[in-house]
Amino acid sequence: MELFVVGLSHDTARIAVRERLHVSEKELPKLLDLLGERSEIVERMALATCNRVEVYGVSEGSATPAMEAVVETLAAHRGLQPVAFAEALYRYTAADAVRHVFRVACSLDSMVLGEPQILGQVKAAFTVARAQAAVGMVLSNLMEQAFHVAKRVRTETGIGSAPVSIASAGVDLARQIFGDLAGRSVMIIGAGEMAELALRHLTEDGVTSVLVANRNYDRAVALATEFNGRAVTFESIRREMAETDIVISCTGAPHVILRKEDLQVIIHERRHRPIFLIDIANPRDIDDACNEVDNVYLKSIDDLEEVVKANRTERQREAQRADVIVGRGVGLYLDWLRGLDAVPTIVSLRDRLEAIRQMELEKALGKLGGLTSEQQATIASMTQAMVNKILHQPMTELKRQAAQQNGHVYTSVLRRLFGLEEKEN
Amino acid sequence: MAIDHVFFYLALAGYLLGALHYLLYVVKPNVRIGMVATGLTVVGFAAHTVSHVLRVYSLRRPPLTSPYESLSFFAWAIVLIYLVIEHRYRNRIMGAFVLPLVVLAGSGAAALPQRMAELVPKLQGVGLWSHVAMALFGNAAFALTFCVGLMYLIQERQLKSRHLGRLHIRLPSLELLDDVGFKSILFGFPLLTLALISGSLWAEYARGSFFTWRPREVWSVVSWVLFAGLLYARVSAGWRGRKAALLAILGFCLVLFTFIGVKVLRDGSLI
Repeated sequence: MELFVVGLSHDTARIAVRERLHVSEKELPKLLDLLGERSEIVERMALATCNRVEVYGVSEGSATPAMEAVVETLAAHRGLQPVAFAEALYRYTAADAVRHVFRVACSLDSMVLGEPQILGQVKAAFTVARAQAAVGMVLSNLMEQAFHVAKRVRTETGIGSAPVSIASAGVDLARQIFGDLAGRSVMIIGAGEMAELALRHLTEDGVTSVLVANRNYDRAVALATEFNGRAVTFESIRREMAETDIVISCTGAPHVILRKEDLQVIIHERRHRPIFLIDIANPRDIDDACNEVDNVYLKSIDDLEEVVKANRTERQREAQRADVIVGRGVGLYLDWLRGLDAVPTIVSLRDRLEAIRQMELEKALGKLGGLTSEQQATIASMTQAMVNKILHQPMTELKRQAAQQNGHVYTSVLRRLFGLEEKEN
Repeated sequence: MAIDHVFFYLALAGYLLGALHYLLYVVKPNVRIGMVATGLTVVGFAAHTVSHVLRVYSLRRPPLTSPYESLSFFAWAIVLIYLVIEHRYRNRIMGAFVLPLVVLAGSGAAALPQRMAELVPKLQGVGLWSHVAMALFGNAAFALTFCVGLMYLIQERQLKSRHLGRLHIRLPSLELLDDVGFKSILFGFPLLTLALISGSLWAEYARGSFFTWRPREVWSVVSWVLFAGLLYARVSAGWRGRKAALLAILGFCLVLFTFIGVKVLRDGSLI
């Protein structure tokens, strides 16, 4: 019985390969069923996100045939030949498998280190597998430990805290200025992917009032509708800014559209309530000197990029600490796993009975005295045969039970009944 | 050592350990560290309250007359106001600025003679006591405005900077700092006003005139004018943020000068 992981991720396979193997939420149960039909696989679970497709499993005997079975099933499920993606696959067993699962759950293997979605995705995959009774004790315990480790990493390291995308860095700065963003207002001048992403982040964080300005009024209306906001004419920008807390600017204009004097008037009209300007445009829309005005906070895309870069370095550092926590979790899980193994118990039991046999044999032969070596050998082999026959049935049954749901119960009861040395788990 | 002194030193120990934990909390925002910081401060505050109660019991008057008593009460008032703010705004970072100030005030008090002298009848009476209590409470509020103003300036500098890199200290938002600053002045200013009024009434009773040109009284009025101006500018012209913070810092320095500076200049010491 071995724990294994088979899969591919953004590290090993390009999107073209990944999307061929992708399994949607609806298809997941069917895949689990197909995997369940293979006798080599005792427990199974599948995780499919846009960046990885992985199968975690427990094999009947050695892991290799089980992993091959997984590859074949994945291929068959998609009507592909294994060779189409085989070189992108990675395989892990035992301790490496445990470490990989933990690292994935902690977002240490993610494309963006420290991203928060993966944990939810892993939990969802586990729920599906559990609903289909596809997981047993080994995988259940593995996932429980994984979630526990992930939570520790999240609370004890800073791996997920500082923002590492331009848009979220901008939002984070907005929060540093305004505190709670609920009820705040934002204006976007122009349009563009990054600006709209920032706008989306802001609205998700509670910004209610959205204004859109564009030289092309129709485009402004279109974008405003998308965000439940209001379109304003390009000329009225300065007037509207008197009531706007955050301004995102990204027009294609070759010149500056807001100058220091404009901001001085605007700030005065706002009665010195702070205003946050994010200039994503290139060439810049907002004059640098605006930052000199009291209560005006101006950030260009370079400034945000610097924040992101510094935060990324910070995350790398935190990732090292996270790996330490993962290592400890792996150790704990492996200890538990070893406790399930019947072999040490069997060995201990054999040793115990052998010791008793030797002791009694010596005593008896001593008392009897005057036996020929042939007679002594007969007695010795009798005791040996008795021990073997007594042990045979229980040992076979124990080995069989050890891989089942409550196998560890058998092992520990046996240890207790025979007073074998206690194993710490 | 009298029993109330014991409790005072206990309080000081609590504040010192609390201050250290708040400072640690700024660097390592671990929830447990924050809770320990608050807990230690609360324990210190409880001990401090007990020391006051004990002193009242043996003196049969509020502990508000000697320099030691005033400074101790001042520190106590700051902690009380701070704990209320921390609870209301759910933010512990401010503790890293306020508690060190409290420790400073408390240490200053500890260095002063703690004898319980019997007082001249003129220095007793509810009028004087309420004057002192209100003045100390008002100044405690201004002490908080000072700390928050300082934090505001640091945070503002971080946010304005064009080569930010990482935010070096994770301070509360500008909005929160500004709000706390404003509310604490709103709390302290009426107290200062009442203190001035009750002070001059008492002066009439004790010395025969409402206002004399003693340094403390003069500088108190100057402080009052400054804070009144700050409040007015804030409410009518919307003077907030940076300028308000600077004025609040100046105001508190003026207050310190009024109470400590004047005395040191005149007498050469604080006693």
